[in-house]
Amino acid sequence: MNTTTHLDPSLPESGKTLSTLRQIGKTPSLLIGIIMFAILILLALFIPYLSPYQPSEQNLSAFLQPPSSAHWLGTDQLGRDLFTRLLYAARTDLTIMILAEIIPFCTGVMLGMISGYYGKWTDRIISLITDTFIAFPFYLIVIIVAFASGAGERGIYITFILVGWIVFARVVRGLSASFRKQEWIASAQTLGLPGIRIILRHLLPNVLPQAVVVLMTDMIGLLVAIVTLGYLGIGIAPPTPDWGTMISDGQPFITTAWWLSAVPGFAVVYTGIALSLLGDGLADIWRKK
Amino acid sequence: MELALQVQDLTVRYGGFTALDHIRLELEQHTTLGLVGESGSGKSTLARVIAGLIAPDEGQILLGSEELRKKRSKEQHKQIQMIFQNPDASLNPRHTVRQILAEALLFHRIVDRSQVGRRSTELLDRVQLEARSLDKYPHEFSGGQRQRIAIARALSVEPSLLIADEPTSALDVSVQRSVLELFHTLRTELHLTMLFISHDLGVIHAVSDTVAVMRQGKLVEVNTKDEFFIRPKHEYSRELLSAVPKMPR
Repeated sequence: MNTTTHLDPSLPESGKTLSTLRQIGKTPSLLIGIIMFAILILLALFIPYLSPYQPSEQNLSAFLQPPSSAHWLGTDQLGRDLFTRLLYAARTDLTIMILAEIIPFCTGVMLGMISGYYGKWTDRIISLITDTFIAFPFYLIVIIVAFASGAGERGIYITFILVGWIVFARVVRGLSASFRKQEWIASAQTLGLPGIRIILRHLLPNVLPQAVVVLMTDMIGLLVAIVTLGYLGIGIAPPTPDWGTMISDGQPFITTAWWLSAVPGFAVVYTGIALSLLGDGLADIWRKK
Repeated sequence: MELALQVQDLTVRYGGFTALDHIRLELEQHTTLGLVGESGSGKSTLARVIAGLIAPDEGQILLGSEELRKKRSKEQHKQIQMIFQNPDASLNPRHTVRQILAEALLFHRIVDRSQVGRRSTELLDRVQLEARSLDKYPHEFSGGQRQRIAIARALSVEPSLLIADEPTSALDVSVQRSVLELFHTLRTELHLTMLFISHDLGVIHAVSDTVAVMRQGKLVEVNTKDEFFIRPKHEYSRELLSAVPKMPR
């Protein structure tokens, strides 16, 4: 193949990926966000091979040890290796964080587009539902659902399916309503395209970037919620490792072994920073386009 | 001559404001009607009603002998295509030219999927754009080029009526001229029936066979082009014509 064709920006695929990579390289926040998040994910994925310990393996003769070469981050009150536990907890918490966002993201984006595109009574009904749910504090709903369905992951999933879509619906509704007045939507209507096709093929690619940026921020909020619930004892149930329960388990030893609570706390902050850098970076790239 | 479009007593109200007041208009096949009037006179509203983007409160629209109702069939949608004023907003920013043209061609089954590429190239050729524009996004083009793409999209489904709503107003004068020339070529080569809206009488003079003048939602004069520019019937038309700045000789 002729090598010059690769340099032509009008050519699809190869040229496109290249320019995308170049753009990521030019956006430091995105690059740092990707690297930070990738390190966390890779460590969590490969922790069974990286650590000789099991997350719930107790060793009562070596409890509350400070960091050492055998235990990089020390051990807790039951002699469990903190580093191992921290990354197994990352598996739990990040999996829930990502899975719990899927359905709310899809429904929120869809409802937002429908609401903004059709306007009128469709919009009024969807906005009414949105406003009703907003009136209830998130944690109140989580606690009610947790009591009704039992503590643990299920409560988080159910609650998030109930209320998680709202933030996406609101952002996407606003965007869709403004795009709706644009002439490219009118051209699609003049062609006679059905509403659902205009929504999926024309609106969706235009609202998606902004929705993904919101998703990044929302995931941070969800992670904090998962950890808070774990801390309160109505989230992930022990012995499954989770950052929230780790923070609360370490609390009685805060004066003698402060790292027990500080390390999982730092992990939450680290993940939050990684995700917000990712979100900011994506927003930067899409704004330039 | 056969009539391509008839508009009868078309009325559109927004609350207490009457945007279109009992408009009656006829458009012969293979001719261009130039619609003039100042901003807010209802020109664009009329265009959007005919294109089916706004439902009228009263009145009838006949395309050929067929009445266009509020819910139009796919075929009726295909028959009327529109080109909008703002070239920055008339193309989906996230679709390539190829996607834009292919969607129209495939949705109305103008050609088979295997022929889409060839037809798209032909369409671009019609509007004097190169085939390598196909995989570019709208932001990679100038305003005039984008307007050409919009014209190609409108022509792709072979409509019987083309509405152009101030298609050159947002363009630089030199670009305006080349787009007008394109309209002229298309008109003679494809025997298009066009409703051409502009507030610029020079543009109207260049493209129209018949001229209609709108003011405050009413149609005040319909006349042949030559008659209109030499002996306008209505007082308001005379005012419009006398307001055109003249070049010093």
